[in-house]
Amino acid sequence: MGTFLVKRLLFSLVTLFAVLTLVFLVVRIVPGDPAQIILGDQADATAIAALRTRLGLDRSLPEQYFGFLAGALRGDWGVSLVTGRPVIQEIVAVLPWTLELTFVSMILGTAIGVPLGVWAAVNRNRMPDYFTRLTSLLGLSFPPFVSAILLLIVFSLILNWFPVISGNRSTPWAWFQSITLPALNLGLIMAAYITRVTRSALLEVMQEDYVRTARAKGVPWNVIVWRHALRNALIPVVTVVGLYLGILIGNSVLTEIVFNRPGLGKLIIGALNQRDYTMLQGMMVIYTLIVVVVNVLTDLAYAFVDPRVKLS
Amino acid sequence: MSGSIHEAPAAPPPRRRWLKTTVSAFNANKTSWLGLVIFVVVLLLAVFAPWLSPHDPVEQNVLTKLKPPFDNFYLGTDYYGRDILSRLLYGARISLVIGIASTVLALVIGSIIGILAGWHGGRLDIVVMQMMDMLLAFPSLILGLILVAMLGPSMTNIIIAIALTSIPSFARIARAPTIAVKEREFIDAGRALGFSDLRLMSGHILPNIFPEILVMGSLWLANAIRTEASLAFIGLGVKPPIPTWGGMIREGFENILDSYWLVLSPSIAILIVVFGLNILGDGLRDAIDPKLKGER
Repeated sequence: MGTFLVKRLLFSLVTLFAVLTLVFLVVRIVPGDPAQIILGDQADATAIAALRTRLGLDRSLPEQYFGFLAGALRGDWGVSLVTGRPVIQEIVAVLPWTLELTFVSMILGTAIGVPLGVWAAVNRNRMPDYFTRLTSLLGLSFPPFVSAILLLIVFSLILNWFPVISGNRSTPWAWFQSITLPALNLGLIMAAYITRVTRSALLEVMQEDYVRTARAKGVPWNVIVWRHALRNALIPVVTVVGLYLGILIGNSVLTEIVFNRPGLGKLIIGALNQRDYTMLQGMMVIYTLIVVVVNVLTDLAYAFVDPRVKLS
Repeated sequence: MSGSIHEAPAAPPPRRRWLKTTVSAFNANKTSWLGLVIFVVVLLLAVFAPWLSPHDPVEQNVLTKLKPPFDNFYLGTDYYGRDILSRLLYGARISLVIGIASTVLALVIGSIIGILAGWHGGRLDIVVMQMMDMLLAFPSLILGLILVAMLGPSMTNIIIAIALTSIPSFARIARAPTIAVKEREFIDAGRALGFSDLRLMSGHILPNIFPEILVMGSLWLANAIRTEASLAFIGLGVKPPIPTWGGMIREGFENILDSYWLVLSPSIAILIVVFGLNILGDGLRDAIDPKLKGER
């Protein structure tokens, strides 16, 4: 268990280091001088030179690189070029919004996806199976912003059940109203993935010998499916939920835009539109951190789901 | 593989055999035909857009601004009085060109990386696949939008950005069967005959793993079209006034409170194409690898 964890953590560190290097390079291979782009075509040479000094662009590349790495590790990610506030402060201010949305969507996606997958698997090649497979395929076909807009049209504009702009959470009811549609949007798309993986994982497990033994012993069918087979089928599901986080984060950007909800997504779009390079650097680091942390958590979840996995 | 040596001359020539496998793969799961038909229809609509469009897709007209559907314009007009049906038809071209070009690019580069890594094994394999895993772990939409924003939203740059985000997946797909196939006898036989690595990889490994790569290609084409639309929705698509589906939704979204049909038709168009490609790829994958039935 110990060596496995150390190995995973080392790999995570290498990943983080590689991404930091990549982030540094990407921002610098951009055609054109960032200072020039930020200040516009009309800016005079002294202003550009001053900004270059402020951004540290006048130093040599290795100097910039080590300065950037050291800063990133200390949590000093520079100040936003637009607001002048520390990048880390801006990110921490909106991070809870995105984490909350991601968390609720994951719960929704699992709560819908796993039972549907089981339902499809136990009814293999019958109506429920065809229905679930086709619906989940349709769910996978929705670009997240299209489904978000359709939800907005139906539930906010036609039915008037939810406010169009969902950034209010002063009361529990307002919070519920603000999170329902965005989380439903992300959760339903995620449920489509989970349904398909649960179905095929369960189908595979159901062919194992111990399932036949249990049936021969007269264990009730429901107990076999839900307690014995599903537990073993959950391992690939956990992998997919972990891997899916990358997609979920991308989808949350689009969802936040459509529902006009604060979060990392709106922050990164703002930074892109205003060419806020330090903010973009910080955002890429935080996204990588999230992905790395979730990968480690996924590994730990294996042991929790399946005691046979001794993390070795 | 199980036949005796006497059967060998009776086998159809490679190209016919390929066609036969493809057709039987389609027949194994009938819904794939539906997916193929949808895709071909959209492809034809895009190719013949100039002849099919009732109006000029970029011509603005204040007098016909924001007309609802079925009133002279089948799908209505947008904020600038442009015909939505014509814009949809022309938008299909952008979606398909970017989707197909980026998928082909990713397919070629990813397969080369995967085959090389699988063929050589050892340290090269570990380092390359570790890099691919890192790229895979990073949210692809974020990577795509940062790349497009940095490089500038031109058609070429969008194609490159989308291709970059899907290369790791193709590398993974190509690597696994390469490792399995390279242990087979006919590869040893080829080696004994003195064939070069390059000849073995291109002439003997590639044809064996090609069906799997191609099936994934159709699923990734669906993904690429979705990503292009998402980028355009964010504002990182091909520059206006060239119509793109994602861009049309972006413009329509600004008027969503009073005229929500603006976002409906491009949304449905994207959905139809992506769904068609998904059922195409999904059905074919079932036929090729029954074990994976229904898994994404």
